Amino acid sequence: MKSLIFQTASKYLLPLLLLFSVFILLRGHYLPGGGFVGGLMAAIAFILHSFAFGLKETRSIVRLNPRYLMPIGLALSIMAAVSPWLVNLPVMTGLWYDEPIKLIGMVGSALVFDIGVYLVVIGSTLTIMFSITDTI
Amino acid sequence: MSNIWIVLPILFQLTSAVLLLFFWNYIKIQKILSALLSLLGLGISLVLFKEVYNEGLLVTQSGNWSAPFGISFVADTFGTTMVLLASVAGLAVSVFASASMTKARLQFGFYPMLHFLIMGLQGAFLTGDIFNLYVWFEVIIISSFVLITIGGKKAQLEGAIKYVALNLLASVFFLIGIAFLYGLTGSLNMADLALKVQEIDNKGLINVTASLFLVAFGIKSAVFPLYFWLPASYHTPPPAVAAIFGGLLTKVGVYAMVRTFTLIFVGDEFLSVILSVMAALTILSGGLGAMVHQHLGKIFGYFIICHIGFMMAGVGMMTELAIMGTVFYLVHDIVVKTNLFMVSGIVLKINGTQNIKELGGMYQNYPLLSLLMAIPLFSLVGIPPLSGFWAKLFFIQGGLESNEYLLIAFIVLGSFLTLWVIAKVWAEVFWKKGENLPKKARGIYFRELGRRQKLALILPVVFLSIISLYIGLGAENIVSLSERIAKELMNPEAYIEAVMSKKLNAL
Amino acid sequence: MELLLIFIIGLLHAAGIYMLLRRSMFKMIIGLIFLGNGVNLLIFLLGRLVKGKPPVIDEASKVFTDIYADPVPQALILTAIVIGFGLQSFAIILIKRVYKVLETDDLDELNSTDEEI
Repeated sequence: MKSLIFQTASKYLLPLLLLFSVFILLRGHYLPGGGFVGGLMAAIAFILHSFAFGLKETRSIVRLNPRYLMPIGLALSIMAAVSPWLVNLPVMTGLWYDEPIKLIGMVGSALVFDIGVYLVVIGSTLTIMFSITDTI
Repeated sequence: MSNIWIVLPILFQLTSAVLLLFFWNYIKIQKILSALLSLLGLGISLVLFKEVYNEGLLVTQSGNWSAPFGISFVADTFGTTMVLLASVAGLAVSVFASASMTKARLQFGFYPMLHFLIMGLQGAFLTGDIFNLYVWFEVIIISSFVLITIGGKKAQLEGAIKYVALNLLASVFFLIGIAFLYGLTGSLNMADLALKVQEIDNKGLINVTASLFLVAFGIKSAVFPLYFWLPASYHTPPPAVAAIFGGLLTKVGVYAMVRTFTLIFVGDEFLSVILSVMAALTILSGGLGAMVHQHLGKIFGYFIICHIGFMMAGVGMMTELAIMGTVFYLVHDIVVKTNLFMVSGIVLKINGTQNIKELGGMYQNYPLLSLLMAIPLFSLVGIPPLSGFWAKLFFIQGGLESNEYLLIAFIVLGSFLTLWVIAKVWAEVFWKKGENLPKKARGIYFRELGRRQKLALILPVVFLSIISLYIGLGAENIVSLSERIAKELMNPEAYIEAVMSKKLNAL
Repeated sequence: MELLLIFIIGLLHAAGIYMLLRRSMFKMIIGLIFLGNGVNLLIFLLGRLVKGKPPVIDEASKVFTDIYADPVPQALILTAIVIGFGLQSFAIILIKRVYKVLETDDLDELNSTDEEI
């Protein structure tokens, strides 16, 4: 789609949407949000960009093949899931650091799990979108 | 310590899949890594099995939430036996695929998906929560969708459409059933459901819910009126994929059926009649279907249906002896069916076709290999020292005990049909002189393979054949195992008690 | 509110099944999506509808004393939606591939795997 307005808008929208997706990811622990929604939002940011500038351009921004985001995210989630074993608790128990950290808020194994989900969702959505648009 | 072992098989398969994903473009590394990881996974399942066999039921509450609220993972003897069998089949298929799959197919993530599939199966066998069971079912079907379409041949895609559509429909039914169950009881934990469903007076609603589960699991396990997707799709993917499908995917439906109908919907006359009728017709239609076809993959596909009927018959009779037969048959069937599809894969590699009319001369050219292949073939029939015989014995004993003579007649008929078809396969493929084999334009024949690849094709068959010989010859061990499982299933109080009273770990 | 939901669920199921029974592959998938949405609403409905009582506890009290909306069905639906997202996107890509390879959208023409013996 060659539209000047759309292209200019999406150039600024990309960082904004990515920032917002991180915000959604972080506030997901006590308020609505979380890794899945944040991931989708980040993926949408890239998809919007690819609508405006074409797939090649977006690929060059993402650089890393989105396929590799999936195993990285999964590995993070697995680590978060099994971390309670270290203190002899059942799998997936939430472990929390007592004091909230500035900007991020409460930090715990659930946050790491959510970051993993975030990466998996970005990776899989982008892989799906790229492979669909590739074959059209 | 013990709470780690319960979920370790699942998490281990997940970790293996993730590890393999990192090596997406390095097929050689994937081959070796997958075989090693599967071996390690088998070891982990063995340890879990031994632990449960010696110590009894193990329970862990994931997330440290107490019983009816969180998701419980329960490792009872039935579940861990199935986990062990899934690992066995996974190992065999992982090795077999390294030589039988073409590189073009392996490139699209066959190995990671195989491990995801095994993870889903093991999760389904270990979970104690009905919604979590649904989630594991979805993990299984999404990875099986990928496996069935890998390669993207025309026939594969056609089969995949049917497979995908009906499996999606089955999940919808499963979800409706769960919605009803949650609406009725307000609980999802299977042990808790077992208690709460008993207290509900509205039996009609319970029966409707049970029928929804029956349809959902019936589509998954391919029973009589719901099996049409199976013969349309199972012969289309490459033999390694068909082996894992034929060995495990339909069996997980049977597992779910046994679990729900012995734990949640217990002792319902209406259901057991329906189950028995469905079982009888499944045996008949599967057997007759196997008789007509000439494509090895299709014949074995119909055998899956026919033998699912046997297991259903056991569930329908609902006596301890019959459940014992079902469990024994499950153990035997997973090993043998996986093996059979691998055998059909080797036949395809040797001759370039799977049509039994065109095939022939196997015994003349490969006498030792043919004798090896005879083991799974005749185990399937149940010729006495081999493994299928014992299970059928229990079915018939169980039937006599509960006066289900018609069902016994169908089981005997099904066995005869199996015998007839296997005899035909043996005569056509192995004894007949093979002269006019069509030449394949592409693809590598067995004799052109390297020594290591030949070994990779034959070793899994040897491995599974040894196991099925053990099931047949060392039957007393398997009998005592399935007796114990049947006892646990028919008296679920210990299961319920263990789940509900599991203490939480203190921080 | 319940009545309205019941009608919507019924409509979604009916439309879904009608679409499933059509011969076009695309309509089949749309039917499955309808059915999936209908079931999600069904879970929501069967979890009992409670208006304006979010399951959030006051900081002062430790347990609920009042009636509150059950959060479990919402968690179930969220899970089902996420799963549905994956399955449906796979199914759509598959259908696209099938359409490209076989050059037909008619399910009746996809029977070569059944015909050969």
